[in-house]
Amino acid sequence: MSALTIRNVKKSFGNTHILKGINLSIEAGRFLTLVGPSGCGKSTLLNIIAGLESPSSGEILIGDRNVNQLSPKDRDIAMVFQSYALYPNMNVRKNILFGLEIRKVPKAEQAAIVDRIARMLQIENLLDRKPAQLSGGQRQRVAMGRALARDPKLFLFDEPLSNLDAKLRVSMRAEIKQLHQRLKTTIVYVTHDQIEAMTLGDYIAVLNNGEVQQFGTPDAIYNDPANRFVADFIGSPPMNFIPCEVVGSSSQGFGVKMTHEGGDFVLEASGDLKPWLGKHVVLGIRPEQITHVVTSRLDERGVSGHACPVHLCEPTGPDTLVTTSINQTKVLARVRPDTAGTPGQSMDLMFDMNKAVFFDPTTGERLRFQLLKAA
Amino acid sequence: MSKSEPLKIDAVIDLPDNNPKDTANHPATQARTEVAKRGRRGTLELWLPKLVVAPSFLLSLVFVYGFILWTGYLSFTKSRLLPKYDWAGFIQYQKLWASERWWVACQNLLLFGGLFILICLALGVLIAVLLDQRIRIEGTLRTIYLYPMALSFIVTGTAWKWMLTPGLGLEKLMHEWGWTGFTFDWLVNPDMAIYTIVIAGVWQSTGFVVALFLAGLRGIDDAIIKAARVDGAGTWRIYTRIIIPSLRPVFFSTFMILGHIAVKSFDLVMALTGGGPGYSTDLPATFMYTYAFTRGQIGLGSASAMVMLGGVLGIVLPYLYSELRGKNHG
Repeated sequence: MSALTIRNVKKSFGNTHILKGINLSIEAGRFLTLVGPSGCGKSTLLNIIAGLESPSSGEILIGDRNVNQLSPKDRDIAMVFQSYALYPNMNVRKNILFGLEIRKVPKAEQAAIVDRIARMLQIENLLDRKPAQLSGGQRQRVAMGRALARDPKLFLFDEPLSNLDAKLRVSMRAEIKQLHQRLKTTIVYVTHDQIEAMTLGDYIAVLNNGEVQQFGTPDAIYNDPANRFVADFIGSPPMNFIPCEVVGSSSQGFGVKMTHEGGDFVLEASGDLKPWLGKHVVLGIRPEQITHVVTSRLDERGVSGHACPVHLCEPTGPDTLVTTSINQTKVLARVRPDTAGTPGQSMDLMFDMNKAVFFDPTTGERLRFQLLKAA
Repeated sequence: MSKSEPLKIDAVIDLPDNNPKDTANHPATQARTEVAKRGRRGTLELWLPKLVVAPSFLLSLVFVYGFILWTGYLSFTKSRLLPKYDWAGFIQYQKLWASERWWVACQNLLLFGGLFILICLALGVLIAVLLDQRIRIEGTLRTIYLYPMALSFIVTGTAWKWMLTPGLGLEKLMHEWGWTGFTFDWLVNPDMAIYTIVIAGVWQSTGFVVALFLAGLRGIDDAIIKAARVDGAGTWRIYTRIIIPSLRPVFFSTFMILGHIAVKSFDLVMALTGGGPGYSTDLPATFMYTYAFTRGQIGLGSASAMVMLGGVLGIVLPYLYSELRGKNHG
């Protein structure tokens, strides 16, 4: 049974179309992240699910119930906001209990719920404080506690970690994931941070310009992007996009031609690129697929080593990001720190084409090819 | 310029930690740039602000604080038409508290102040909440409500006097329209005249309260209201349980401002009723003026002025204390 279904939801203000027909559906107990750049409509979509805004057309189903006409309080949802939105005049306990009080939950039950929530989120010692006396991370916990208190069918998170500093964000992210694993609640989580989207979601919906660009598991989104936008948005550092020409390669297959200051080489593709032979495509290859040369892997199909000029080295600790230039495009490679070359000289880089993808240079859509049988 | 630059760069590089925000506040950087500045621009920069402020500082020292002290001294003398400087003890204060007229003035102040503050707050909050519903002509309405504030109390008093005088304003209008049984004689009725002052005062100050509360309401995060809606609260409950309670600081400062407008009310009474009929609408301020300047009782007038000062300080000092304490504790 699906816990949440969004059917062809559109939202426009006059001629401005915020959402252009969104279709999504998740089963109960799953974690859906909505990710996209600012202004892509993800927060509007969340507000529509919550009932804080109404769609111009389309349906929202929570469980099997169409909730289009229901006000937020009747939808059996809870929401966590980016600014935490704690009631400033109430202490933590009252903040958590406010929703229960309105729903006339008996006092004894209320006390039990506060105890349970406070223990779960480790905020027992904060219950009598006002929000102004809490740190960002503590406010975040209280906001989550308030959402958890009512035990709703659906949790909505609106960029809940954006206001925290980097370190706290990582630990809160892990806590949210742990909480979800424990409670098995259905969650819709909006974020602009692709790492949050990847780490938290069972499913990711990548939004841009009011349209779902791709809806799938983190693995599918990362390894099998539907178009150039998704490939570019997900992954850090982002995927390299190299415009190139399709040529026939030595071994009966096809390849793409690469040119840099030092000369030309051909990267052999694993797919049947025949329809595009002689035409231009965009090669999408992630930085971790361009590495230092591992001699033992050079025999593998689609793996080859080429000398490339080094323009810049950026050590990140575990890896060093090496910038080179191919076909007049900046290309990032991720190499082991001790193998990184010196800027101005050249180093051998190993290209692994097995996970490389191709895009139409004009539309940005993914080009899919049949795999060629191994020779 | 070129000489000071290497200094700054040095300071930045010297920093052990890598937090770029701290650079500007780093003591070493600050000290070095201070020295450089002083060397370049000389002492004029140090003295100019003090020179500019000095005249107004001197003026307020003499004409505010000096005259407070003078008035304070006069209240302990037997001064009548002209100041005398022989110490007479608390005689004027005894006279003051024995005077029925002073008691009337104090009662009037409580009545006027209480009603004025209460009605202003209630109406102000109500109008602010109504204006906060994102209505289309809000800007125009806000200006209309705030306009009375642009008038002086003298103008307000005079205008309301015309409107409330039975033979001239509202009552006459009603009579001319054919409602001959209509009477509205509060202005000339000693028991009711004080309420006309309340009406005029409320009319003048409510717009200001509206503006203050509207700003407060706009300062509340929209997400809080959304959260309350998701929690199941209706509009009424959102306002009574969350929004209005979280406007407590606005209530407090509005109370302070209205309170001191009430205590120093003088012009409104002078223009509207002149303290009459009889002395039924006297306030401490008009009492002071009457005795000190028209009835040749400077000593008694000074005593009443000192009592008023005490009253105002009683309100303002706790406020100042809490404000300053707030700042010290960051």
